[in-house]
Amino acid sequence: MIEIRTGRRATASLLLAGALCATLSIGQAAPLKIEKEQLKIGFIKLTDMVPLAVAYEKGYFEDEGLYVTLEPQANWKVILDRVITGELDGAHMLAGQPIASTIGFGTKAEVVTAFSMDLNGNATTVSNEVWTLMQPHLKKDATGKIEHPIKAETLKPVVDKFKSSGKPFKMAMVFPVSTHNYELRYWLASGGLHPGFYSPSDVSGQIKADVLLSVTPPPQMPATLEAGTINGYSVGEPWNQQAIFKGVGVPVITDIEIWKNNPEKVFGVTKAWADKYPNTHLAMVKALIRAAMWLDANNGANRKEAAQIISRAEYVGADYRVIANSMTGTFEYGKGDKRALPDFNVFFRYNATYPFYSDAVWYLTQMRRWGQIPEAKADQWYHDTAKKVYLPDVYLKAAQMLVDEKKAKKEDFPFGVDGFRAPTAEFIDGIEYDGRKPNAYIDKLTIGLKGAQKVEGGNVK
Amino acid sequence: MNNIVVMKKSIPSPADGAPSAPSSQPSTAANAATLSATPAKKKPLNLEPMFNVLNMIGLSFIAPIVRLCRGENPRAQVKDLWQLLGIPLVAIAVFLFAWSRMSANIETSLGKIPGPVAVWNQTGALWADHKAEREKAAAFYERQEKRAAEKLAEDPNADVTVRKYTGKPTYVDQIGTSLKTVFLGFMIATIVAVPLGILCGLSTSFNSALNPIIQVFKPVSPLAWLPIVTMVVSALYVTTDPMFAKSFLISAITVSLCSLWPTIINTTLGVSSIDKDLLNVAKVLQLKWHTKLVKLVLPSSLPLIFTGLRLSLGVGWMVLIASEMLAQNPGLGKFIWDEFQNGSSESLARILVAVFTIGIIGFLLDRIMLTIQSLVSFGDKR
Repeated sequence: MIEIRTGRRATASLLLAGALCATLSIGQAAPLKIEKEQLKIGFIKLTDMVPLAVAYEKGYFEDEGLYVTLEPQANWKVILDRVITGELDGAHMLAGQPIASTIGFGTKAEVVTAFSMDLNGNATTVSNEVWTLMQPHLKKDATGKIEHPIKAETLKPVVDKFKSSGKPFKMAMVFPVSTHNYELRYWLASGGLHPGFYSPSDVSGQIKADVLLSVTPPPQMPATLEAGTINGYSVGEPWNQQAIFKGVGVPVITDIEIWKNNPEKVFGVTKAWADKYPNTHLAMVKALIRAAMWLDANNGANRKEAAQIISRAEYVGADYRVIANSMTGTFEYGKGDKRALPDFNVFFRYNATYPFYSDAVWYLTQMRRWGQIPEAKADQWYHDTAKKVYLPDVYLKAAQMLVDEKKAKKEDFPFGVDGFRAPTAEFIDGIEYDGRKPNAYIDKLTIGLKGAQKVEGGNVK
Repeated sequence: MNNIVVMKKSIPSPADGAPSAPSSQPSTAANAATLSATPAKKKPLNLEPMFNVLNMIGLSFIAPIVRLCRGENPRAQVKDLWQLLGIPLVAIAVFLFAWSRMSANIETSLGKIPGPVAVWNQTGALWADHKAEREKAAAFYERQEKRAAEKLAEDPNADVTVRKYTGKPTYVDQIGTSLKTVFLGFMIATIVAVPLGILCGLSTSFNSALNPIIQVFKPVSPLAWLPIVTMVVSALYVTTDPMFAKSFLISAITVSLCSLWPTIINTTLGVSSIDKDLLNVAKVLQLKWHTKLVKLVLPSSLPLIFTGLRLSLGVGWMVLIASEMLAQNPGLGKFIWDEFQNGSSESLARILVAVFTIGIIGFLLDRIMLTIQSLVSFGDKR
């Protein structure tokens, strides 16, 4: 019996080795057989669409035999709907979008991702009026420079003042399941400000809220702030730097200070699309990995060129100086207050492009925390959902091909990880997050739903 | 000429108050003067038909120039020329001056409102951009050919379908898309509106049945229709290999929904105001319904049908920009939307280029329709 078993195992491993050799040799000799060559990819006018623009302009798509048209979209809802209906083959998406649509919060559809587009890159800006009111509460160092990170505690007196004079304090984010929404909520809650709950019957997300959050498309943020409709917003670049240039507001905190190296955008496609065109999907991921590598190569030497590319009208289209402000390793907090922030945009370092299950789980914990997931779920459910949406296998396959083609180095990729980042406490409130234990994490957070709590009729039960 | 003017007056004025063809009074006066002067000449070359055509297509100022060259009554011609060409040019100059002075004083968060020079520069930039993009397209096809040749060399049976250029649409492409969209919308509107209008005109009961619906839907803005049209198109237009992009269809249908009404109303008016004697004659002759329609109703209501169509095209072109913005149809509307979103220091100037483009194209479309309208109005149809 034992002998037979070993024999079987040997054959199996032999077969495996053979298959591996076969795939390897195919990878080297002939390019992938692309099922669909002509693709249309959507994006939103934000600097973190840059891997797509670089892959196009540097010819990485064409190297893979893909003929890609990049098309700007009006807002995140449009982008998701058009990917689901098939008008777009894939798109620049918020990390929360594939997850939320897979669990059925908002539009229900199976959307997956094998490529995380970047880390960090967002900031929160408040209007000049709010900034003036915050001044007395800000900590300053010996030279009179404001100390960062600015905690939400300094905003609390301002919100209280608004409340006592009967005015609502309103802030905008870009989408109910966007990273900005969760980051802004995390920051507000860490300073004792309640950002409001969602419930199945009330999806405005303003139940019990101190600060009323609502949705505004990214490019319209500065104009909406200027019009006085909102008192602040959380959005990606260049729309925070734009506020400084236009003189309409002041960025107070970047997301890197809220959670160091948080996952931001992903490249999303429908599951049906990924199943139907596996090679096309691989080729896309390959091209995007190369673009991300180019963006972070030589300590960001290419960033200026990248900023130039996306300042063209067909991509982000904002002025070069505005885009370059955050893309080239600096961030301007106030007029003239430019500080070094080398990790504000990370495109490849720290395994930025690998789709970690633990990142998906973090978004799920926040969805649960704020009531977008109305009921308690087991840890296993969190892991299963993450595995449905995030496809590290596709990513590693693409990475392996690039290594075989000598276009990338093996040590640049996390081969052999189980998909979870090491536990980290690099949050603004120092609470440790371990993606393997989502429920324990949820219970540690201050404001928010815990355990089996539910929001019913405007109350937590 | 007098005869024509009288005829025009006899046409009932359309419900929507369409301005009837501007018959330039001074030129008529001048014509009279020329007519009285011509008999003295030996061989009077009759240029009147040509002048009429020029008048029709809005180039009436050429007539006095030609007459001036031929030495006909120079004083009257100069006066004509001043009226037809001089005053408009001076007005444009005054407008440009006022614009450049005033715009410099308005500070927005995107910088100053651009003046004429900045807008002109951006027009040049957009054109240069168009040419550069065409060159990129050429390079793209060249690369593809090379790759296809390599593929074929390796494997003679390889699939070497030529892929369409993947770059962005240029400003010129966007103008093309807008024109296509508005024409599709306009055609749909015409196909629906003209028969409906004829039925309304012929039958009072049909008219009173349809009138309330027309009156309610007529003032509805395209922005209200758009979400509904989007949902319906998405639900009904499901193909794997679509001939039209959905955004294109959505914009076109929204255009037709908004531009139906002037045609229906004017056609109804045109048909219902046919000379009753003619209809009585038809009754006496016991003309068949079809013959009555083709020989009698259509010819006599054509001028008003075309008045309606002209108004419809105007409305359609106006509505198009808004619906393109929302449906993301890659035409002029999307161009403006994208530039607004870009928020760069050049955006406002580019948007103004689009504003003038829209205005000029709208004006040309109106001229074309006006020309057709006057052709069917003054012919020997009756």
